[in-house]
Amino acid sequence: MSEFIDILLTAGFWAATIRIVSPLIFGTLGELICERAGVLNLGIEGIMTVGAMSGWMWVYQGGDLWTGVLFAACVGAIFGLLHAVFTVHLCLSQHVTGIGITLFASSLSYFVYRMLLPDATTPPKIVPFKPIAVPWLSDLPIIGEALFTQSALTYLALAAVPMVWYVLFRTPVGLAVRMSGENPVAVEAQGINVLAVRTGAVMVGSAFMAVGGAFITMSWFDAFYFGMINGRGWICVALVIFASWQPGKALLGALLFAGLEAIQVRAQQSAGAFIPYQFFLALPYVMSILAMIVMARKTRYPQALLVPFRRGERV
Amino acid sequence: MSKTPVLEFRGVTKRFGTLTANDNVSLTLHQGEVLALLGENGAGKTTLMNILFGHYQADEGEILVDGETLPPGSTQSAINAGIGMVHQHFTLADNLSVLENITLGTESLWSLRQDQAKAREKLAAMISDYGLVVDPDAQVSELSVGERQRVEILKALYRDARILILDEPTAVLTPQEAERLFATLKSITEKGLAIIFISHKLHEILAVSNRIAVLRRGAIVGTLETAVSKREQLAELMVGRMVTRPRLSAIEPGELVLEVRDLSTSGTGATELKQVDLTLHQHEIVGIAGVAGNGQGTLADILSGLRKDFSGTVQLNGQMLKAGNPRAIVASGVGRIPEDRHARGVVADMDIWENLISEDIRSDEVCRAGFIIDGTSARARAEKQIEKFDVRCKGPDAETKLLSGGNMQKLILARALSNTPSFILANQPVRGLDEGAIAYVQEQLLEARKRGAAILLVSEDLDELMALTDRMAVMSHGTLSSALPTGDRTIAEIGLMMAGHGDQGQSNMGISANGH
Amino acid sequence: MVIEPRETVSVWRAGLAPVWAILASLVVCAMLISWAGASIPNAYYLLFKGAFGSAFALNETLTRSIPLIFTGLAVSVAFRAKFYNIGAEGQLYAGALAATFFGTGLITLPPALMVPFLVLTGALAGGALLIIPVLLKTHLKVDEVVTTLLLNFVVLLVVSYLIEGPWKDPASLGWPQAASIIDEGVLPTLLAKGRLHFGLIIALFMAVIIWLMMRFTVQGYEIRAVGHNAKAAEFSGINVNRTVIMTAMISGGLAGIAGVSETAGLKGYLTLDLSPGFGYTGIAVAMLAQLNPLAVVPAAIFLSAVYVGADAMSRAVNIPTYIADVLVGVSILAVLCSVMLSQYRIRWRT
Repeated sequence: MSEFIDILLTAGFWAATIRIVSPLIFGTLGELICERAGVLNLGIEGIMTVGAMSGWMWVYQGGDLWTGVLFAACVGAIFGLLHAVFTVHLCLSQHVTGIGITLFASSLSYFVYRMLLPDATTPPKIVPFKPIAVPWLSDLPIIGEALFTQSALTYLALAAVPMVWYVLFRTPVGLAVRMSGENPVAVEAQGINVLAVRTGAVMVGSAFMAVGGAFITMSWFDAFYFGMINGRGWICVALVIFASWQPGKALLGALLFAGLEAIQVRAQQSAGAFIPYQFFLALPYVMSILAMIVMARKTRYPQALLVPFRRGERV
Repeated sequence: MSKTPVLEFRGVTKRFGTLTANDNVSLTLHQGEVLALLGENGAGKTTLMNILFGHYQADEGEILVDGETLPPGSTQSAINAGIGMVHQHFTLADNLSVLENITLGTESLWSLRQDQAKAREKLAAMISDYGLVVDPDAQVSELSVGERQRVEILKALYRDARILILDEPTAVLTPQEAERLFATLKSITEKGLAIIFISHKLHEILAVSNRIAVLRRGAIVGTLETAVSKREQLAELMVGRMVTRPRLSAIEPGELVLEVRDLSTSGTGATELKQVDLTLHQHEIVGIAGVAGNGQGTLADILSGLRKDFSGTVQLNGQMLKAGNPRAIVASGVGRIPEDRHARGVVADMDIWENLISEDIRSDEVCRAGFIIDGTSARARAEKQIEKFDVRCKGPDAETKLLSGGNMQKLILARALSNTPSFILANQPVRGLDEGAIAYVQEQLLEARKRGAAILLVSEDLDELMALTDRMAVMSHGTLSSALPTGDRTIAEIGLMMAGHGDQGQSNMGISANGH
Repeated sequence: MVIEPRETVSVWRAGLAPVWAILASLVVCAMLISWAGASIPNAYYLLFKGAFGSAFALNETLTRSIPLIFTGLAVSVAFRAKFYNIGAEGQLYAGALAATFFGTGLITLPPALMVPFLVLTGALAGGALLIIPVLLKTHLKVDEVVTTLLLNFVVLLVVSYLIEGPWKDPASLGWPQAASIIDEGVLPTLLAKGRLHFGLIIALFMAVIIWLMMRFTVQGYEIRAVGHNAKAAEFSGINVNRTVIMTAMISGGLAGIAGVSETAGLKGYLTLDLSPGFGYTGIAVAMLAQLNPLAVVPAAIFLSAVYVGADAMSRAVNIPTYIADVLVGVSILAVLCSVMLSQYRIRWRT
């Protein structure tokens, strides 16, 4: 127990937590935007993979880091567009389309990686984002190292939370997105194109997911491995439910999970002798299921989530 | 009226495949008038409004606002031209506030902030101008049906509508709320707006409109001044022939069939039942009036076997109801017509014969060895039912989703009435049907009454209840009034009871038509 | 753009939908092949030859189709009830765990009993893994897709723990694998040469059984009714929750048998690479089969051929084997589209 508290008190633990939380924040916000507009996006796992691969590959091929992030976001948005064409315009099953997108996007990522790097036995590396120490603030004890010596992408992730909140709850376009997820007929009756709103939301959301993937290969690590997303996308889907579709709560949930992961990395080292490491690895997945159970009774789903909208029907 | 009409339809035609939904429709609407658009279900009223709002594009013809052609296929341009619509099924998001529902789409989507203060000010002014009282910060889910309709009207007025279209606006209101709506409409037209009032209720149209346009099978069959119109004449124009809906003939009630005692469900919402008592006898149709969402659905669910979490007793022919077990309830002689035939009545993606066996699939008639479906005898039985109830289809193997609304309802009647039930629960059995199908369904119910069935008829249409029931009760906030012989209470009294003013049949309420 | 239902859907049009989907997937992959610099006809010729070109190839293709038939059936039954079981992968491993637990010496029965016994335990284990997701769905309305997906990861970690720890075969020279299934429990091979085993017979048998159930029994009727319109099903007296739970047990059971068949039929022992994603490919199988249990068999053989053929093709010309996974992903999307287009028409003008 005291060991556990020791872990909590180290700056390294908090720094790791904040680092690990970044992809979860991007992924959860992305899924949240899609679902607020009424579209479940189970392509998330594949879109994160394709973001991780394409951002990394851009830099590996000589591009610079920020355009790499932008490139990953664009690739994510394209897969988002594919998802939107299927689910929003053709009204196909959101569940099955999402799984199809995930299988397609991740296998395509591996294919492209192997095509471009056929002989790489050990994954080649890039120079990733460097931590930026914020002057003054980074000198604070514990918090300084944890919060203010992170990479620029992490700062972006943390800044994205209030930004997404503001856009969703304080701007007309955010109102249109939320209304599309509650009652698309009402949106259409006010002269706004629901299909366009939903398509836009899914594309933006998917871009977020892809940036989340890119963070893993471009900031957290410096190489692309097969299976490196490893269910993080699904955890994000669970986190959205856990957060009741609120960006602020999404940050809290993501922090909780990241902290768990950071503890497990350290606990593996100290407790690995008598508790198998698989137990720690399984914790995030089990916790995700538990989180959904806990929140199941309390949450109020967007009423038009999973409900397709066909123009001219019942208007 | 020599001025340019504010709105004009010129030769609007819309076809869907072989069906002509609107046939060369020409209409004019002038400032300050209420034009009633009269037509039965399926006459093409909704299609016409969908064209106006750009959800469909007309194949021929054009629409002019103030003499200028309205670009087709654009909701936005209709709204910008000053046309506002109050839909029959409200287009509101329950989980958002009134203000959010009203301001959606009124600002540029890309502006970086909402000007809430200005919106509040404008809304407050409108609320006091028109007397449309509603709390801007309330969640829509907390509002009553009448309040929601006010929000819908405010939504249109907020966008500076000069032409207001109301689609079947009274279908969900109590008579008093309807009167109040009419008063509001009057004050709106006095401010120079023009109104199209869509309805199939003749007395309303006569009360509220200046002119009446009658639509039948997609075409305008007559435009009349309200002042010189007669009810019978309008009815004939609307349907194309004299239709008389069936009426009751006097039959002495027989033995007790259904007895509900002290039925309550837990919870405090308006839909939870509170000590409901009800009896039904053979040869009797008892009506339940009420605004949607006051517990009628809960009572129907319990009697259909969908809910068993209640206290109190329900006895059918002296036996306790098999609560929560629809198949046992059907087997004990209950026929059920659900409220929403698409959502609950049929599985549209399955074949007709499959839908016809859904309630007794484990019976010896269609089931072998307890789990194998006997397709041959099920189809043979379906064939007979299709013929007896005149379901127009290609046969038992046709897909159910291809049936028209009327034929789908006949299919449900076939399933519910074939085994001569002693008790029939008919929940909104004619909603959305055309006159021919309405008459058919009502005749079938009267037929069953004649043969000795007890029928519980739940409806929001007071005219239907007045014409078709022996006794009538009113439901409000989960409380059911006593079921008095139909005619013992006036429409105004029933309306007050629907609004929750209790069963005060004998006392003098001193209510004027303008409400409370 | 307006989507409107066709008034009549000919059997012809509906039956051709998956064919169009396959063609579309092949076109997408052709683009990747030409990007890789190979000749498209030659690559597809090599793929076909690799899958069907010799007795050995055919044998491999059929062998690999066995788990896909099971997972395809599992998915098709579940999707019929709109229960989106994406956890066939995990259920497959659960079945394999059961086969390993009972089949490595704990119980010894004569082969005629041992094999059915292992199949049964595998089915029960696969179904058991779905108990939590299905109860969460029926009682708390928690989306089953996420829970079944998450459980896949958990089950794999359990397998990893067991075969590196308590169940590790001491004779395996350090490789993480479990002990071998005893001889009585091993599924016999069907041909003198090659790896084709008795699992194929079980798979075909299950396909027929499931088809009969869906088409001619009350249970099948109830599953279909719940999937098409749960509210109407409930109104007519079907216990929706019970039906969904039953469907989940059947689905999980079928996926569990896949694990038994792979462990006791093909490999002989449990490893972490028992399944290269058969559970996920099963979704593509079921979709291509349009959820028809009999059509699952050719769909499984087709996708198995793609995998086996892609291996051969990638050895001959320099194309990553991931092309097969791409085709699986694309085919799910393509079949969704083509089935819709067979039932609806799209008009660009309102």
